[in-house]
Formats: sequence, C-alpha cells, structure tokens
Amino acid sequence: MTKLKSLGELEALRKSIIGKRDPKKTVITICNGTGCQAHGCKDVTATFQKEIERQNLSAKVDIKSIGCPGFCERGTLVVIKPRDIFYQRVRPEDVPEIMTETIGKGNVVQRLLYTDSKTGKKVTYEPEVPFYKLQKRLIIGNNGLIDPTSIDDYIAIGGYAALAKALKMSPEQIIDEVKKAGLRGRGGGGFPTGLKWETTRRAHGDTRYVICNADEGDPGAFMDRALVEGNPHSVLEGMLIGAYAIGSHQGYVYIRNEYPMAVRHMQTAIQQAEEYGLLGKNILSSGFDFDIKIKRGGGAFVCGESTALIASLEGRVGEPRAKYIHTSEQGLWGQPTNLNNVETWANVPVIINNGADWYAQIGTENSKGTKIFSLVGNITNTGLVEVPMGITLREIVYEVGGGIPKGRKFKAVQTGGPSGGVIPESLLDLKVDFDELDKAGSMMGSGGMIVMDDKTCMVDVAKYFVSFLEGESCGKCLPCREGLRQMREILTRITEGRGKKGDIKLLEELSATLIDAALCALGSTAPNPVLSTLRYFRDEYEAHINEKRCPAGVCKLEAVKVNEG
Amino acid sequence: MVKLTINGRKITAEEGTTILYAARENNIYIPTLCENEAVAPYGACRLCLVEITTAKGRERLVTSCIYQVEEGLTVRTDTDRITRIRRMLLELLLARCPDSEVIRELASKYGVTRTRFTKQKGNNKCILCATCARTCEEVVGVAAISLARRGVDREMTTPFSEDFSDVCIGCGACAYSCPTGAITMEDVNGTRVIKWPHNQMEFKLKKCSVCGRYWAPEKQVEYVARTSGTPLSDYDVCPDCRD
Repeated sequence: MTKLKSLGELEALRKSIIGKRDPKKTVITICNGTGCQAHGCKDVTATFQKEIERQNLSAKVDIKSIGCPGFCERGTLVVIKPRDIFYQRVRPEDVPEIMTETIGKGNVVQRLLYTDSKTGKKVTYEPEVPFYKLQKRLIIGNNGLIDPTSIDDYIAIGGYAALAKALKMSPEQIIDEVKKAGLRGRGGGGFPTGLKWETTRRAHGDTRYVICNADEGDPGAFMDRALVEGNPHSVLEGMLIGAYAIGSHQGYVYIRNEYPMAVRHMQTAIQQAEEYGLLGKNILSSGFDFDIKIKRGGGAFVCGESTALIASLEGRVGEPRAKYIHTSEQGLWGQPTNLNNVETWANVPVIINNGADWYAQIGTENSKGTKIFSLVGNITNTGLVEVPMGITLREIVYEVGGGIPKGRKFKAVQTGGPSGGVIPESLLDLKVDFDELDKAGSMMGSGGMIVMDDKTCMVDVAKYFVSFLEGESCGKCLPCREGLRQMREILTRITEGRGKKGDIKLLEELSATLIDAALCALGSTAPNPVLSTLRYFRDEYEAHINEKRCPAGVCKLEAVKVNEG
Repeated sequence: MVKLTINGRKITAEEGTTILYAARENNIYIPTLCENEAVAPYGACRLCLVEITTAKGRERLVTSCIYQVEEGLTVRTDTDRITRIRRMLLELLLARCPDSEVIRELASKYGVTRTRFTKQKGNNKCILCATCARTCEEVVGVAAISLARRGVDREMTTPFSEDFSDVCIGCGACAYSCPTGAITMEDVNGTRVIKWPHNQMEFKLKKCSVCGRYWAPEKQVEYVARTSGTPLSDYDVCPDCRD
C-alpha cells in the first residue's frame, strides 16, 4: 500500500478499486458475525471454499466474509450477489446444493429461503425480507456489503469520502453541521454531540483527546460489538472527523477484551488506515495529524461511565469520580477530552456525507436519525435492528421483530439495559425516542431491548437486573454498594415468599436515595428496574408478599407455615 | 473572595475552598465520614450532600466535600430532602456496621435508632471509606494497604490479604485517620500491633538510648532516615531526649 497524499489520490484509488471489480461477478457473502460464528459460519465458509476449488470456479466466484447484518436468529446467513438471493440457516451440508443449483444453474434453493411468518410466503431476495425492509439501515446496513478486514472494500462503498469532505470544511463548520443534524449520544446519555465537541474544542488545555467507548456491557446488547466487528473503518472515520473538528491529535478506542474479534478488526483497520496515510502525520496533505491507539478494558460495566473509563485508560482502577468539572474540560490526564460511543462516531460520516438537513429529516423533534437496538428475549426475530427514531414499540416488536413466539402473549419490554425500565403493553404505541422513553420511566440507554412474554415474573426480572448491577457496582460510594446489596436482598426474599409488609415502601425509599445520592449514573439509574416494575406491575409484588403467590408461575415460593409467628 | 449564602446566611470564602470548609469556618455543621483534611476529597460516604442553586439558577445535589464555592451560590445543608437521604444512608450504615459506636451516635443524631435492613456480620466497623488507604498513599507515601475487589466484595486489606505488608512501616496513620475506629493500634512491651478489619501486623519498636522508652517502630525510623537522607544513628535518641 502506498500512502495517499491528497484528496485526489484517495478518489483515484477509489476509482481504481471499483474499476477492478466486476459488478456482475458472483459473490457469496457469508456472515462472519459473532452470532453466526455460534451457528457455525466458519464451517460453512470452509465448505464453500472447498467446493469452489473442487469445481474450479475460483476465477468466477468470490467469497466474502461480512460483518453482522443483524438477523442473528436465522444464521448462518448467506447472500448470493449480485442477485441478492437470501439463504438462511445455512449448514455446511447445504453448500453443495447451493453450488450446483444456484451458482451452477442459476436456480433458487427453495428450502433455504426465509418464510414470512405472517403471509406464509417464501422470500427470495434479501431486501424483501420483512425484518430488513421495515428498518432504516444507515449505519449497520454497510456491514452486509464489506469485508471488515478490507479497507479497500470500505473505500469502494464510499468510505473516507466524508473525511475528505470534512478536511475541506473548517472545524467550526463541522461542529455546526453536527449540531444542526441534532445528533445525540448513542451511549445512553443522549447528550448533544455537537455541543460536546464545541465545549472540548473551546476548553483550555495543551492537548485534546478523543475517545471511542466500545465497552458495551449491557446483558443482551451487542450493537457496538457488531459495528466494530463489522465496519471498524466507519468508526475510525467518525473519530477522524471529530478529532479534526475538536483539534485533537490523539484518539483512543476503549474496547472490552471479551470482544476478541472486535479488538482484532479494529487493530487491522487502524493498521490499514495508517498504511494509506489516513491516520498519522499530515493526513492527505491537510496538515492534520491524528493517531489512534486501542486500550483493552477488563470488562467492568462501570467503565462505561466516562470518568471510570478514563481512570482505567490511565492505568488506574476503573472507578468514577464526581463530575463537577466535565471531562470535556478536564478528562484524560487532566486534558480536555471528548468521549463518544461507537454508534455516535459511526453516525458522523453519514451526517457529513449527506448533510445536516437530510439527516435531521429522520426521527422526531428532539431525537434525530436512527438507533440500533439489540432485540432479544421472547421475540421471533432475535437480532440487531436499526430503526428511525419515532417508530413505535409495537412496530419494532410485531413488525420488525415478528411478534412473540410459541403463541404467547406480550407482557413487557425492557429498554435501556439493566438500568433501564420495563414498558407494559398499554404503552406499546409509544414513539421510541430519548424523551418519550424517559417519560415512561425507562430510557434509551445504549439500545438493549428485551422482550418478555406472559410467562415472565416482573419481580424476578427486577431481581435479575438489580443482582447484575450489584455485581457491577464498583463499591466506592455507600448508597450504591450497600443500597444495591439490600435491594437485592429484599427482592430475593419477596421472590422466595418471605416478603414482608413494608417491603415495597422500603424499596421505594431506597430507590429515591440511590437516585439522589449515588456518585455516578450506575447507582443513580440502578433503581429503574424496581421502580418501573412497581409502576406497571405493582400487583405482582403484592401477590408475592401478601398471598405468597407468583402470578407468572416463575418463583418457587416457600410453603407458608400455618403456625408461623 | 467569593460571596455565597449557606442556610440563608451570607458568607464569604476564599476561591477554591469547598462548600464543606466554608461551612465549617462559619460554624455550620455538615456531617462527614470519608472526609479528612489531610487527603484529597473522595466523595464516597455521601453524607455531606447539600442542595445548591447556582447563580444561573441551576438546582442540584452535590457533595460539599468536593464542590467548590462560587459567586452567588445558594447552599442549603439541612432540607427535608437532605435529611431523608442522610437518614437512609445512616440506616444502611447501621446494617453494615451494627457495632460501630460512631455510626450509632451519628445515626441517633438524625433520629435513626434501628435499621430495617438485614444486619451484616464481619465488617468490623469498616465502612470502606478508604481514608486509611488514601492517608497511607497520599500522606505517608507508602501505599501499604488498599481497598481490594469490587462492589459488595470490597475489602480494606494488605496485598493478597496476608498478615504482612512488605512496605508497611507501622506508623499507624491508618488507625489515626479511621473515622469509625475500625483500625486499632496498641504498643505493648516493645511491640506495636496494628489490627485491620481482616488481618493484623506486628512491629518491633525502637528503644531510646537515653530514657529507655520505646518511641517508634524500627521500620518507620528506617523509612524516615532513608527518605530524609539522614544517618540511622541520629535516631537512637527519642525526640524528648534530644537537645
């Protein structure tokens, strides 16, 4: 690879990559995401390779390992391009038939097609699969088009064009564009991104840092993982644009070490970008220098909290501190620091490429763009879904998600991860955006969405999330450490039939204290699962305490002794 | 100087002072446990929370041991909301350390005499405020003890929880700074015993060559001689017997 020295050379490279590729050539794209790896995609890929060699088709057929396109439920996913024939649940033994029938004769293998659960009809082409059709895949859509370990693939689909455009703009213009677009932080806080960039740019300091938070830690959430694994260059491009706007020359990607493929793909992407001169000194002869380092996290949920993440990055114990001085003023090593989440960074190139006005048309008044959700739990189509802000929960659950399996009834959906809240059936028509979810007692969080059917006990759900948070509390501040310990104890005794009168009141008082007094957002949002289940399913708590009965039939309540007391 | 109001009283304080110290200078009481003037503020016990309204009109709860005074700041240290929070925190502390006289006394000051929470065993009065470890690191410069593990498993301990810390000099600053009496220190027959919540260590004391009194742990004397670059023989005599 030779270093690109100008915007013109980048465009010339793009033309040459595209020019060398035959758009009519058959490409078998196989999902290599973590979900499909669990389904055995590596064996499927190996079998395709063997078959192609055996049939001497190497010159005519390409194989491409792609990142996660989101439809994890149906893995291993195989798409035959350019026709976009969509095969699902492909096993190694299906490969010879695909090779003979589809590659050889151009026929479609009917039994591997997806059947629409609503109409009962087979769907042949990927864009027509209802799961995808109802989404707006601005960010995650590219996962299906590229090999994440190939910078040329990214450049071929228009990658780094936003950087080229940004380098011709002034930093202030970029910040204005991001502000006008209305982009808000996707990590959970929902803070306006442009404003954060502006504060960091204006802060006093010798050096400015930008950080990408890839420390996703919510149980059941994997959207950031899929983005870093499936399209790491989009994150790097966002960081480059942000760094240029903020005036930073050093960036960090903080990735949890439990995401080995994400770490590997990010390392490859950084190396490739350096080789092309898209990272390093005097990028594309613009005079702008920027380097990125990877820091691997040890897997502490609390390190999603900015001050704890920064402490961990500095090599100290990942514990938060009071944020009376913002990290945008004094962050990493005491210098102005801008921290954004993976998905936020990945949105930046989309905004610069298409313009703020175009971007701001998507979404609701105060929540613009799309959001990727991990749709999991009792749902037919488990996977990652990217939907425009303002879509209703009903549409996500029943249209995109395909409803509740086994003919069961919907009961609630937990949004916002462990410190989010449950939303009951009566609020299914709620428009999903930052403010509406807050009003309902839950939150956007980083985008976890756990669907629960009528066989779910809501007290048990609250206990599960509180136990998770108790285990992840750093233990520094008293209300979080002692409060969550006691909260879990109370919930445990309720689910075991030892609940006492006054327990609900005590849970509420304790929750109020955590909200007011905890040091960081882990503690202050920790009562959400309790408060939201109490708000919508109080009768279940009462049944456990007063009647020693679990309405959902989940909890094994101790038999009540007749002569007790 | 900065002008601000605490509980309706107009006061002035030096820029950079925390709300807590400004209040103390004016004899306004705010309870604290993890605060100690010798070390940097930590903000873990949350008892010193106060309600503030900034000059711009923003209202929030802040830890007064960290938040610095500002021009036009209005502070309220004992509203109903603050009292509610403190009572709950004290109830949690009573469950954590039922044997601590300091906690019981502070709790009763706020009318909390019993706890509705499950009482814990084995914490030995330690509230995990880290004042000991912070003093050891920031003041003594030794870092012989620290808090280990996360969340509810957190413990104040020596490296690997052994009854031995290679670098500990036995100075006792941890015992001196502990707000709840969870760490004790006793000198008996030429030996100093420091008891931490989960382990303990013994130190040989140095005898004064003049009066014969045991006056400091030998390891501490060696540490002071080494860090100050003075000969060890300078320390054969205790401070009282020196010229």
